[in-house]
Order: sequence, then structure tokens, then C-alpha cells
Amino acid sequence: MNYFGRRLVRALLLLAGVSVLCFLFTEMAPGSFFDEMRLNPQISPETIAALRSHYGLDQPLPVRYLRWVKSVARADLGYSIAYNTPVAPLLWERAKNTLLLTGVGMGVTWLVSVPLGVWIGTRRDRLLDKVVSLGSSLFISIPEVVIGLALLAIVVHWRILPVGGMHSADSDSLSNWLRLKDTFQRLLLPATVLVLVESCVIVRHVRASVIEALQLPSIEAARAFGISNARLLFRHVLPVAASPAISLFGFSLAGLISGSLLVEVICGWPGLGPLILEATLSRDFYLVIGGIMLSGLFMVAGNLIADVMLLATDPRIRVEAADAP
Amino acid sequence: MRRRTVALIAMLIALHLALLFAGFIAPYDSTAQNRQIPYAPPTRLHFHDDAGWHPRPFIYPMTVGPDGYVEDKNRSFSLYFLVRGSSYKLLGLFQTNWHLFGVDDPGRIALLGTDGFGRDEFSRVLLGGQISVAAGIAATLIALLVGTVTGVLAGFYGRWVDESLMAGTELFLSLPWLYFLLGVRAFLPLHLSPVATFFLLTGVIGLIGWARPARLVRGIVLSVRTRNSVLAARGFGGSDFYLMCRHILPEVFGVLLTQAALLIPRYIAAEVTLSFFGLGVNEPVSSWGNMLSVLQQYSVLVSYGWLLAPVAALFVTSVIYALLADTLHSRLEFLST
Repeated sequence: MNYFGRRLVRALLLLAGVSVLCFLFTEMAPGSFFDEMRLNPQISPETIAALRSHYGLDQPLPVRYLRWVKSVARADLGYSIAYNTPVAPLLWERAKNTLLLTGVGMGVTWLVSVPLGVWIGTRRDRLLDKVVSLGSSLFISIPEVVIGLALLAIVVHWRILPVGGMHSADSDSLSNWLRLKDTFQRLLLPATVLVLVESCVIVRHVRASVIEALQLPSIEAARAFGISNARLLFRHVLPVAASPAISLFGFSLAGLISGSLLVEVICGWPGLGPLILEATLSRDFYLVIGGIMLSGLFMVAGNLIADVMLLATDPRIRVEAADAP
Repeated sequence: MRRRTVALIAMLIALHLALLFAGFIAPYDSTAQNRQIPYAPPTRLHFHDDAGWHPRPFIYPMTVGPDGYVEDKNRSFSLYFLVRGSSYKLLGLFQTNWHLFGVDDPGRIALLGTDGFGRDEFSRVLLGGQISVAAGIAATLIALLVGTVTGVLAGFYGRWVDESLMAGTELFLSLPWLYFLLGVRAFLPLHLSPVATFFLLTGVIGLIGWARPARLVRGIVLSVRTRNSVLAARGFGGSDFYLMCRHILPEVFGVLLTQAALLIPRYIAAEVTLSFFGLGVNEPVSSWGNMLSVLQQYSVLVSYGWLLAPVAALFVTSVIYALLADTLHSRLEFLST
């Protein structure tokens, strides 16, 4: 089997492992969705037992797992008890919003941080480098919850932007253009938090790998041959420095679903995060598992894509992959 | 030691002493309510009144005026140091009622304002910090312990042990950890005693985080294992256990220290995040996370800015630990070259 095939099989095994872990944990859980009904004297124990068997909660673990696998094959991803529908459409409805937020965030992050990292890497120890390096090492150490709440406090206190949700209350009466503008304004705060959190890491790595590449003997030689600075940078330095950035790009893709949970909750963005949080609090297991699996799918797929891209760009990995049994 | 390192360590010690002796420094109990003064702004210390300057600071009690709280200048309460107040257990051992500072009853001093139940925010930040920071440290210890054991075993024995353990780390590294943390927390009972929640929380956070230390440790063990000194010790008949304890573990120590400095603030933030979501330590016991969860209502955030105090505390803690990790990292690199 070739390299790609092996990685793909491995990725699928990982996903299967995640799902098994999830189910093992549900088995350990003492409570269930219907626990609150038990406190209600108007609902008889028989009704609850009937509901449990209706949703298959009284079955042993392997049976439940197999049923769930079957429902994954039908692209239902299980059945949400709280919403009384299959999980997949619920997830998809919210995942679109999450992907809008993280997609914008990721795009801006990469458009800003790669040029910035290259720029300060080639102008090491100048003022801009020092400022950006210091700023990024400060921001890297601040937890996301601090950045999120602090920015939210600033924005809300001075009424800079509307926050909460995706649309204003009167959005139906607005023209398309105004509605778009409104959504964009509400997107700005959570996206900024995401960009701040992620770009520090990328800027630092890009800077470090550019500096490392600039010190290679081959670059020295190319410079001695009189190759112009621009050509040196784009033709010789950047291809060498690309590998860590590509791995990070994979991580970014991997976090498209799971990276914004906290920001969504803080800013009230109606993405997957608040949905899963609610499901967690009401113990709607299949919805929670669906959320974990969807974000796990992105994690695995992101890493797989990074592997493939590295294979295409880095000759060393091609050699390794060919040598491996 | 350079001066910067000394200053850093001094700050670190000061932070932890303040949290360790939080019960003494805090003027009130973290659960003591005062429904008369909900959302009172931070109490101001005064040195000057109509009679002139006073060396001892004093406060005016808060009363509700037409536009919110105003200071009632008719009465004043002097601030005293080393006073007797509510009783608590110092370091969890000694029953005592001495506090660092306080004012006479019925005065209330709230240096960082009060929350919606009139509880003193300053006391709650200090006492909540005990929980949050302890959770971070405990979770880090668990993660490092599990990570070291698996990493050493995988690196030392190699082959199928290595492969199966590293497959495990890959599984845990590819988990979306915050989602998974939510999930795991969802599967565990929601309403527990604060102590049980604390141990559950640290256990869950620590057990999810073992994978990365395990990989780092394994890498070091792989390189140490083939050193001549280790081979010689094996030649002299040293058992596997002896080799691991005597020759392998000391090499791992430096990396573990750096990892600890990196992981502690991250796990403190994890505890804060979970409690912020309402899945961590429950009220009335305070933790930085559950103190912040009221800020999910924007109206509270706008009107009562002092409730952001835990954010500032978390910020300071994270920055100090990050600087520590940085220093440790560069010193270790210096030592190894």
C-alpha cells in the first residue's frame, strides 16, 4: 500500500478509536436524559422505561455502539433525544456558522501571519521584529478565555460593535446588504479573537524557520553567486522554510470545527459550540458524540491533508515514505 | 543567577504564598453573602476628610442613592490590620479567625467590589485562585506522571510496547480536546460536591493531556538508552527497573520541569474554561471560572466591570508561568550544549 493509503487507513482507525472512547465514557455515566423526568410525579416510571427502550438506551453497550455505527452509515450520526431528530442535520445547521467564523478567521490569520513572519524573519532584530516577537510571545501565553472576555468587555463597554448572535433582532426587515453588513459586524469580534490567538503561533514559527533557512550554507552560496535578494527569498529560502508552516496549516484545518468553541460561547455566536455545550448540560449523549466526531473528523482530515502536502513539497519525506515498509 | 530570574522566582513565590494564605489575606469568607450590597463597586480607601489627614486609611459605607451606590459620608470605618473575623482553616489545618486586614462591623470593605450576592470579589478571587491554581497543578502532575511512565516504558522497551503506546498518544493527540473534555464531563454526574468535582476535573484534564509529555519523554529515552554509560550499567547486570530509575529518569527531569511550567497555566485555563461553562466547580465555592460565568450576560459585563478581576488574575498567573517556562527552556538548552 502506498503512503497515502496507509495514512488514510490510520486516520480511519483513529476516528473509530475516538468513537469507541466516547461510548466507553457514556457507559461510565451514571445519569441519563430522562433523569429529570423521574422527579416529575405526572410521568410514570413505565413511561420513562418505555421511552428508554424507544430510544434504545436500555440495550447493552455493544448493541448501542453497533446501532450507532449503522446510523453513521445512514449519515444520521445517531438520534438527538432533546431535539427529537437525527443528529446530522442539527450539527450541519450549526457547523455552517462555525465554519463561516473559523474560515474567515483562518483566512485572515494566514494572510496576515505568513507575510509578517517572513518579513520580520528577513529583517531580524530590527524594531518591527522586536515589537512583533515580544507581542506574539506575550499573546501566546495569555489564555483564550482572557483575550475573549477582555476584548468583549472593551467592545461592549464602548459600544464599538454589536455582539451576540449572527443577526440583529429586526434582521428580517433589513435589506440583503444591511443584513450582510450586520452579520459581518457580529463576526468581527469572535474572528478577531481567533486571529489573535492563532496568528502568534504561526508568526513565530514562520519567523524561526525563515531565520534558520537563511543561515543554510546553500543560501550563503546562492548569495555569493550574486542571486538577487528577491529571487533568493522566493526561490531558495521559502521552499526550505515551508515545511513547519505546512504542518501548522494542517493544524489550522484540523481546528476548523473545534478551535472556536470557547469564542462562540463567549461571543454568543450560534455555532456548534453553544449547541454542544447545551447538549452536554442536558446529557443529550448522541448529540455530544456527534459533535466530538465531527470535530474529530476535521482533526484527522486536517492532519492527513498536511501529511499529503508535506509529501508533495518535502523531498526528504518522499524518500522516507518510499523506504518505509 | 541573573537578576531577571531572581525577580521572576520571587514573583512566582509571592503569587503562590498569596494563594496559600488566601484565607488570611481575604477579609471575608468566599461564600459570605450580603444581600444589601449586590454589585457594589470597589470600596475606596480614604486618607482625608473634613478633619484633615489621617495616617490610618478609612472607608465610607455604601448606600444606594438615586444613581446607584454612593458613599455615606456620615459614618466612617477605620481600616485595621490583623483583626479577628470569620473563622477559617489556615493551610487547611489550623482553625483560626485572624485576618490580614478588616474594618469594624457593620462596615464592609470590598477592595474589588462585590458580586450579585454581595460577596466580596477580592476574597473570592484569592480563595477561588486556590482552587483554580491547585487544579492546574494537580492536573499537570497527573499528566506528567502518566506521560513519564508511558514514555519511559515505550522508549525503553521499544517494539510492540512502543508501537501500541505511541498509537495511544496519536489517538489522544487527534482528539479535539476541548470538545472531548466537554463530552467526558457530560458523561459524568453534573451535581457533585465541590471536592469530588475538583478531583474529577483534575483527573479528566490530566488524563487527556498525557500524550504530549509521553512523546517528549520517549524521544529523550530513545537517545539516552544507547549511551555507553547505560550500556555499561546493563553490562554490569543492572535490572531494567534500576536502569530506568537511576540512568534514564534523571535525564528526563529537565524536560518535565519545562513541561510543567508550560502545562500548569494551560490547565488552569482549562479549569477556568470548564467552570465558565458551568461544568466545573459549582457555586457557592468560588473558582476563577465560575466567577466569570455571570459575565456571559452582557449587561453584567457592561455595568459591573470589576467582576473581570479573575480575568486579570488569570492573566498575571499565565504570564508569570510563561516567563518561567521561557527561562527554564533557555537554561536547559544552555546546559545541554
